[in-house]
Amino acid sequence: MLIYRLLFHFGRYISWLGQVFKRPENRWMYWKETVRQMDDIGIGSLIIIFLISVFIGAVTAIQFAYQMEGSIIPDYYIGYIVRDMTIIELAPTFSCMLLAGKVGSNIAAEIGGMRQKEHIDAMEIMGVNTAAYLCMPKLVAAVLVIPMLVSVSAFVSIIGGYIASVPTGYYLHADYVQGLRSFFEPYNVFMMMVKAIVFAFILTSISCYQGFHVKGGSIELGRASTQAVVYSNIFILLADYIIAMLLTS
Amino acid sequence: MIRVEHVYKRFGKNEVLKDINFTFEKGKNNLIIGRSGAGKTVLLKILVGLLEPTKGKVWYDDVDFFSLDKKAMREIRMEVGMLFQGSALFDSMTVEENIRFPLDMFSNMTLKEKSNRVNECLERVDLDNVNDSYPSEISGGMQKRVGIARAIVLKPRYLFCDEPNSGLDPKTSLVIDELISSITQERNITTIVNTHDMNSVMAVGENIMLLSDGELVWRGDKSQILDSEDETIGNFIFASPFLQELRDQARRSK
Repeated sequence: MLIYRLLFHFGRYISWLGQVFKRPENRWMYWKETVRQMDDIGIGSLIIIFLISVFIGAVTAIQFAYQMEGSIIPDYYIGYIVRDMTIIELAPTFSCMLLAGKVGSNIAAEIGGMRQKEHIDAMEIMGVNTAAYLCMPKLVAAVLVIPMLVSVSAFVSIIGGYIASVPTGYYLHADYVQGLRSFFEPYNVFMMMVKAIVFAFILTSISCYQGFHVKGGSIELGRASTQAVVYSNIFILLADYIIAMLLTS
Repeated sequence: MIRVEHVYKRFGKNEVLKDINFTFEKGKNNLIIGRSGAGKTVLLKILVGLLEPTKGKVWYDDVDFFSLDKKAMREIRMEVGMLFQGSALFDSMTVEENIRFPLDMFSNMTLKEKSNRVNECLERVDLDNVNDSYPSEISGGMQKRVGIARAIVLKPRYLFCDEPNSGLDPKTSLVIDELISSITQERNITTIVNTHDMNSVMAVGENIMLLSDGELVWRGDKSQILDSEDETIGNFIFASPFLQELRDQARRSK
């Protein structure tokens, strides 16, 4: 039964994606909607991304300081560790999991609500390809904006690590900065961007899919919203593992 | 003209429509009536292609609707205007943006031309000074009228109305009925109204089908209802003692 349901949803998801990426009826309307979504997802999530990123960096620095106590590892490694951990893993994964909760649930509820209030039927009857009009702008906006948010997150995390470790006396300013400048691999930034783009696509497409196929009332809408977050997070972690394997082997 | 031929619809084991055959005529108010759960909305959704019949055909003039590919189906749908039971106005858009939406999507008109068309439609449904209001800021009757304005903005050949009077007081219902009826006549379009409001039936019913448990049990026009000895239509239309009394009075006075 579980296998049947998995296959059913996978097949429906793929065929729905086929509908989403059809040629737009009116490019200007799609572009307008994309810009609106970029503002919603990007500017709307900036503060929360900023906040969590400060703590990601701060906690990484403090915990690393704890682990380094009494070891022979040079102090400047703190900057190096915070930088690479946030760039490779924490910024893309944490940010996107957070965005799955904030943006993903919002998308599922918005589209699901439109389904329940017959807005989607109304658009269908007008001749609009609703899967494309409602989901493509969100997908494009997310894929464009979320990598920017992830970059901001990485940058702020590094500052967060500095705030938590230098003014509090764990490390010297010079050590932290030397660490940031050491062993830098531009390839890691490329890996971060790949993760950000893939995670953005996953969280937005799953959330749109869940909202678009809602049937029933408010309980089902709530369930779809929850499922959007849960499935997005599961698939983000799965994709994280696959990307890590592919790009580091 | 829209024709349904031997249409069946089944959800799981539940057969909702059974062998429906009917012709919805051009230039007339075609009414689908019946009790709640009789299959009216399902039939209407089949007519616009939101649901597919289990068996049977739907013809738009000479075109077999369900034999078309998605693109051709969408082109036919663009000739359909629909008023939904809950109006289905987009909450985050103003009245003007709601009505302009189909024009924005499908026309090459300039903003001024679109604005003029929106105002024409609003005037046609007797609404003014609501362009910048949001759907939540206007009454239910006004929302229905905005819904009609949006339905006619692309000058459709077919107008579908699902329970246009639900939630409205009798006087506003009458205004909506008259509006739908006059638009049908002046534009010579095929209008299909799905209702269980008896006042609507008696006011504007020109070509009526009565559904009961998914079956077509009576057809005719409003003038035939009063004289009909058929119990099915009699029991449905004159369900209340008050209406039965009015019918008896009308018969006695003849």
